[in-house]
Amino acid sequence: MIKRIYLVGNPNVGKSVVFSRLTGVEVIASNYPGTTVEFSRGYLKLKDDRVEVVDLPGVYSLEPNSKAEEIALRILNELPKEEFIVINIVDATNLERNLFLTLELIEEGFKVIICLNMCDDAKHRGIVIDVKKLESILGVPVIPTCAVTGAGIKFLIESILKAKQIFLNKLTHQQRWQKIGEIIESVQQLSHRHHTLREILEDASVRPLSGLLISGGVIYLSFKWVRFLGEGLINKVFDPFFFNLYKPLLEKFSFLLEKKGFLHHILIGELIKGEIDFKQSLGILTTAPYIELAMVLPYVLAFYLVLGILEDIGFLPRLAILLDNLLHRIGLHGYAIIPTLLGLGCNVPGILSSRILESKRERFIASTLISIGIPCVALQAMIFGLLGKFSGFYVSGVYLILFSLWLILGIILNATLKGFSPELLIEIPPYRFPPLLVIFKKLYIRIKGFLIEALPIVFLGVIVVNILLYFGLFDFLSSIFSPVVEGLFGLPKEAAIPLVIGFLRKDVAVGMLVPLNLTAKQLFISAVLLAISFPCIATFIVLWKELGLKDLFKATLIMIIVGLSVGTLLNFSIP
Amino acid sequence: MLNTMTTNRLSLVKLKQNQKAKVLEILGGVGIKQRLLSLGIYPGREITKISHFALRGPITVKVGRTTLALGYGMAEKIIVEII
Repeated sequence: MIKRIYLVGNPNVGKSVVFSRLTGVEVIASNYPGTTVEFSRGYLKLKDDRVEVVDLPGVYSLEPNSKAEEIALRILNELPKEEFIVINIVDATNLERNLFLTLELIEEGFKVIICLNMCDDAKHRGIVIDVKKLESILGVPVIPTCAVTGAGIKFLIESILKAKQIFLNKLTHQQRWQKIGEIIESVQQLSHRHHTLREILEDASVRPLSGLLISGGVIYLSFKWVRFLGEGLINKVFDPFFFNLYKPLLEKFSFLLEKKGFLHHILIGELIKGEIDFKQSLGILTTAPYIELAMVLPYVLAFYLVLGILEDIGFLPRLAILLDNLLHRIGLHGYAIIPTLLGLGCNVPGILSSRILESKRERFIASTLISIGIPCVALQAMIFGLLGKFSGFYVSGVYLILFSLWLILGIILNATLKGFSPELLIEIPPYRFPPLLVIFKKLYIRIKGFLIEALPIVFLGVIVVNILLYFGLFDFLSSIFSPVVEGLFGLPKEAAIPLVIGFLRKDVAVGMLVPLNLTAKQLFISAVLLAISFPCIATFIVLWKELGLKDLFKATLIMIIVGLSVGTLLNFSIP
Repeated sequence: MLNTMTTNRLSLVKLKQNQKAKVLEILGGVGIKQRLLSLGIYPGREITKISHFALRGPITVKVGRTTLALGYGMAEKIIVEII
């Protein structure tokens, strides 16, 4: 009786894609080792049974050398060997290295079936694998697939129950590599051909000078594209929709409510000069959807589209090599660029993915730095939206300050925390060009996640401020904070409420600043404060989960100290 | 202490770009040996150095069809012989 199916394979061989194909569960897949830091579960209908499928983090061997390998090993030993099947996913473009784990799995006595993935890519690279011969040497079924397009998956499902348990003597490492050499010799043929453009680019991007030029160009273009796409979507799609279609409707509704009363206040908000003002009315039908859908969503779409393309091509690990040196100065190594970049989208997945770093010390530094120095795309969108109308100096100023803080704080943490930064050891994946459909599917998963998580909290934030205003509590509450807010930061005392609302979500907090008619300097200080001071509630919870209570307090204390001092410093140093 | 007398014995750091070499031994603890082994770097294996980043930056090598990036300190511990 089969109770479970485990997907086991090296990092970055497409386990998550196979998992989605088998179970229909939507998971994020990318082209770099370590996309899956948690294991996902789903179900597959097999004959008349529903069998649980578990996607394990990628491992290179069954010896526990890393956190991912420890987790995988623990899970594989949960059930007796007769009750589960291992689908070993193997990258056909790199059969040799993948077979090490395969042999270990077979030697261990698991029921194994091999899914020889990325067969189409292997063909493009002139690699021919004799599947029948491989099957007969290994003694377990081998099914060629291309999970990205879905080819071979049906056959894989039909063959799952043919998974075989055979008993081999355990080999020593040297013997195992020797056996792999023999297997490769007899089943794999490489056709000689000239280097393709792709291979030339793959090599160029890991050499110092060409790598720097390529990465510089890619990053510059990515930022340009996010700005261009984000602004384009706002001006051409979202603003026209809100102003030409939605506003007239709301105005009729406002008229029906006779433009006053509690309900009008909650739903529409205050009328500014007799009209609905999406940025200032503060109603849950006006400001709430406008902030999140017309100001933030366009940039979220643009950012995740560009990030998704960079991820799937396999660009990010190359960036890790270039930045290794810099990141060592702050106690991390090059691969920490991946959580950092994910943090630019949203701090939550950024902090979660810091699990790809080896030590607790690195994870603490990376998570703390992300929650202080890395503004999420929602906050960035609002900064563009509000500060963009003043001189460009202010927008770049925010980035400059955040980057300096990130660097200085990192250097301080590295110098004061016990321990050292481990060495980089990563696999650089080949460049791959996934079909557009795959990129859009990932974008869809992320946008759906964003809307589900963000919208309720934005509505909550707007309602809180709205009700405080209605009952006249706004002034009273702001007075409590006025010594800090007015005295130290030079902001009007009413800015205290938005700063506190920042604990719910940063974007809605910036939105709440609009009705205060701040000067450019005040807006600038508030934006920096919101970025560094205190994480939003979602980030706070994930920090707690990942770091534990003690380190969470440490991180929070650092944030408060940094927030207070930077806010004060800016106030007194900007004329 | 094996082969200390051979002249073409050097660390991966000293190897030049695009040079092919055979791994002789890996200095250092069991942990690092195991990690490198599971990625395909073990004594007897042929590797090609692709690049080297300045200021004790990382080193990239090709092992079979795998491209690996490893930190300077780790590369120093990999002793190779030019072939």
